[in-house]
Amino acid sequence: MIGFIIRRLLASIPTLLAVLTLVFLLVRVVPGDPAIAILGDRATPETLAALRAELGLDRWIGAQYLEFLGHALRGDLGTSMVTHRAVWTEISEALPHTIVLTLAAMVIGCLIGIPAGVWAALHRNGAIDVLTRLLSLLGLSFPVFVSGIFLLIVFALQLHLFPVIGNPRPGDWIDGLHKLVLPAITLGIVMAAYVVRVTRSSMLQVLGEDYIRTARAKGVPRRSIIWRHGLSNALIPVVTVVGLYVGILIGNSVLTEIVFNRPGLGKVIVSALTQRDYTMLQGMMVIYCFLIVVVNLITDISYGLIDPRVKQ
Amino acid sequence: MTDVAVSAPPSPRRAMIGRLLSDPTTVAGVVLCSIVLAGALLAPWLSPHDPLEQNILDRLAGPGSDYLLGTDQFGRDVLSRLLWGARVSLLVSFLSIASAVVIGGAIGMISGYIGGRFDLVTMQVMDVLLSFPSLILGMIMVALLGSSITNLVIAIALTAIAPFARIARAPVLVLKERAFIEAGRALGFSHLRILLVHVLPNIVTDLLVMGTLWMATAVRTEASLSFIGLGVKPPTPTWGGMMRDGFENILDSAWLCIWPGLAILVLVLGLNLVGDGLCDVTDPKATQ
Amino acid sequence: MTASELLEVCDLAKHFTVTKGFTRPVTTTVRAVDGVSFAVARGEAFGLVGESGCGKSTAARAVLRLIPPDAGLVRFAGIDVTDAHGSALQRLRRRMQIVFQDPYSSLNPRRTIGQALTEPLAVHGLARGRAARDRAIALLEEVGLPPSAYDRHPHEFSGGQRQRVGIARALSVEPELIVADEPVSALDVSVQAQVLLLLKDLQARRGLTFVFVSHDLGVVRWFCSRVAVMYLGRIVESGPVARVFGAPRHPYTRMLRDASPIPDPAIRGQMPRILGEIPSAANPPAGCHFHPRCPRASDLCRTVYPEWRADGDGGVACHQPEN
Repeated sequence: MIGFIIRRLLASIPTLLAVLTLVFLLVRVVPGDPAIAILGDRATPETLAALRAELGLDRWIGAQYLEFLGHALRGDLGTSMVTHRAVWTEISEALPHTIVLTLAAMVIGCLIGIPAGVWAALHRNGAIDVLTRLLSLLGLSFPVFVSGIFLLIVFALQLHLFPVIGNPRPGDWIDGLHKLVLPAITLGIVMAAYVVRVTRSSMLQVLGEDYIRTARAKGVPRRSIIWRHGLSNALIPVVTVVGLYVGILIGNSVLTEIVFNRPGLGKVIVSALTQRDYTMLQGMMVIYCFLIVVVNLITDISYGLIDPRVKQ
Repeated sequence: MTDVAVSAPPSPRRAMIGRLLSDPTTVAGVVLCSIVLAGALLAPWLSPHDPLEQNILDRLAGPGSDYLLGTDQFGRDVLSRLLWGARVSLLVSFLSIASAVVIGGAIGMISGYIGGRFDLVTMQVMDVLLSFPSLILGMIMVALLGSSITNLVIAIALTAIAPFARIARAPVLVLKERAFIEAGRALGFSHLRILLVHVLPNIVTDLLVMGTLWMATAVRTEASLSFIGLGVKPPTPTWGGMMRDGFENILDSAWLCIWPGLAILVLVLGLNLVGDGLCDVTDPKATQ
Repeated sequence: MTASELLEVCDLAKHFTVTKGFTRPVTTTVRAVDGVSFAVARGEAFGLVGESGCGKSTAARAVLRLIPPDAGLVRFAGIDVTDAHGSALQRLRRRMQIVFQDPYSSLNPRRTIGQALTEPLAVHGLARGRAARDRAIALLEEVGLPPSAYDRHPHEFSGGQRQRVGIARALSVEPELIVADEPVSALDVSVQAQVLLLLKDLQARRGLTFVFVSHDLGVVRWFCSRVAVMYLGRIVESGPVARVFGAPRHPYTRMLRDASPIPDPAIRGQMPRILGEIPSAANPPAGCHFHPRCPRASDLCRTVYPEWRADGDGGVACHQPEN
């Protein structure tokens, strides 16, 4: 198992390097001079040149690339061009909020999605199945900012069950949890919609396998067939999908954080975008990609834990 | 499974459409999409007001006889803005997915057909693109390029190229092992002819089905970008932009958020229903 | 070799390399075709037989330049096939065609029979429009299919009928040479004979030259006049069919012959002697590749690959040939 983990770790290095390169290129190759974009059209040539020098844009692109790689690999993401604080400090303050939100959404998604998927599979083509399918399509069709605002209107503005502003008081756990509910449900709906579909089709496939028929023929109780023989095997693809969709969750967490006015990476990236904070954006992309690579790694490893064939 | 998909006899188109229309959820999807399409096409005639005309006296008016769905904070008619906003949504999502289908499809097809090291490297690049959260990639692209319809199309297309390359490549790997491709080479057909005449028609259905589903994603992405303020610049009406305006006034006029939200939902749901129905009809596993 | 040779193959070789493993990659080279030489006279049916995996199909494809050979020379009517490019290769492609084993994958499921037959005509500028249609229908009749097949799709036909379409497509460009790669082995036995008869008939009528690749000795014996036996990428024996199968000189040929069913029950009787399985071409035995299965292997056979001994119209690669 340890060998398997090490191999996966090594295999993710080229991906990470490639992603870093892409990030570097995205910011550099895109037309337009960042210095003009930051300072505006009316900046004097002197101030532009000074800013270019400060950003290192006046040097050979290869040198910039190597420097960027070296810094990124050491965890040094530079200084924000707007706040003049270290990019990593800004990100590390926001990151825990986003991780909590994403994890909560994942849990909600699985808690709703897996049982619903199994249920739908057991009633294939029945009313329950059709209803689940429609609901999951509906869930997929909601852009999170729309579902978030709708939830906000109903539960915060009309029913006054939850606060409108989601900024938790530091150190107050109850308050934090209370303010997490709506955002986590908003994001969890997306996850649940994906998980339902995968669980259903995976469960249907497993239930058609020979060993399920054998178990049935042996007289294994139905409950045991479904949960022990069926679900444990059906979950393997679900795990991969959960891992895959973490990327989608992370993207959607930006919108959720804006709607509920929660602190997190979403707020940081949007302010960086509107203020054209290039170093910040670059750092954000590195962090996002790093998160995705880590999640993929965890997915692969948990896959290995669930499915003994992967370890070899 | 892919092999079955390729070798299955091409079911007559009429039978396929018949099966498609026998599924009530697909029909519902077609109806939803048609409503939005009609609204967008007929916007100049259906709109009761000029979508840009400001009536400060009537600002934030509730739904009523003058303004069927009310007005926004500048006193602009919401219904007219919804109808015109449909144009942006449809145009951006269609153009971006059409380009992603063409570019991604070509990359996947050529990569799979050539194979070997070229294929390996291309697909590695596609995987890196795939590992980027697409919404964030889109946000950054638009922020860097500047917001215009063209740049939105480029940004959203970029997020969808990698999936289409994957979708196109998989069946090509199976197809190119089949003897009729080799027969084409033996008969002296050019690679271009083989790709366009013999490979493409066999994968075009997959691409179109996924295109419908991805158009739903593109509508969501466009709306999300507009909501963040990275969409087509105001005052051009967009659904995401209307949500943004409404969100700023959510405490006193919540309906400003509800109408564009429902409009987005109708279009995305419609596209998803149609795409899902198409998937079922074209997937040989589902028909057995 | 004489001027009547339409096809000459000299020391043809095709190797495949497979790399497995990431941390400690292991590269293995499979010598699928390892120095094969033969010649086919105009109008002749030449058989290439061997067990599956012996490289006969690879050799056939390399002859047609469907896969690039690694070494060796292929000459068609005096033109170097291995070195042809662009329009020269295009002109060669017209003159040599292939019929495939699997009639189900050899036709594009989305194109009608008519499209399959007229497309080559258009590509080579032979006929267009009405003229192409007429020629396609004539071709269909020639292979024993009704003109109504023209507008149908492949899935409406049986395997044997599809194989006829495949043959018609190969004939559409009026080739001189047809490489038939196991053309009947995917068909029902009852259909096999019909398709073989059709091929034989076409050979006589059109004066076609055939390279007939098969693992079925009975079919080759009936269809071909000369034959080469391949084992692990090399030809071990060749000659006129009657001589090779009547009095095999290589022990492998004898083994193949004894294993193939004989239609006359009177001659049957002795149990076929099949020893062992075909070794992997990635790791062929040292010396004569056949020695682990050979009842008469000597020390020499275990160390040195036997030289080719030509005798008249054929030859054998064996240290101790029979007869």
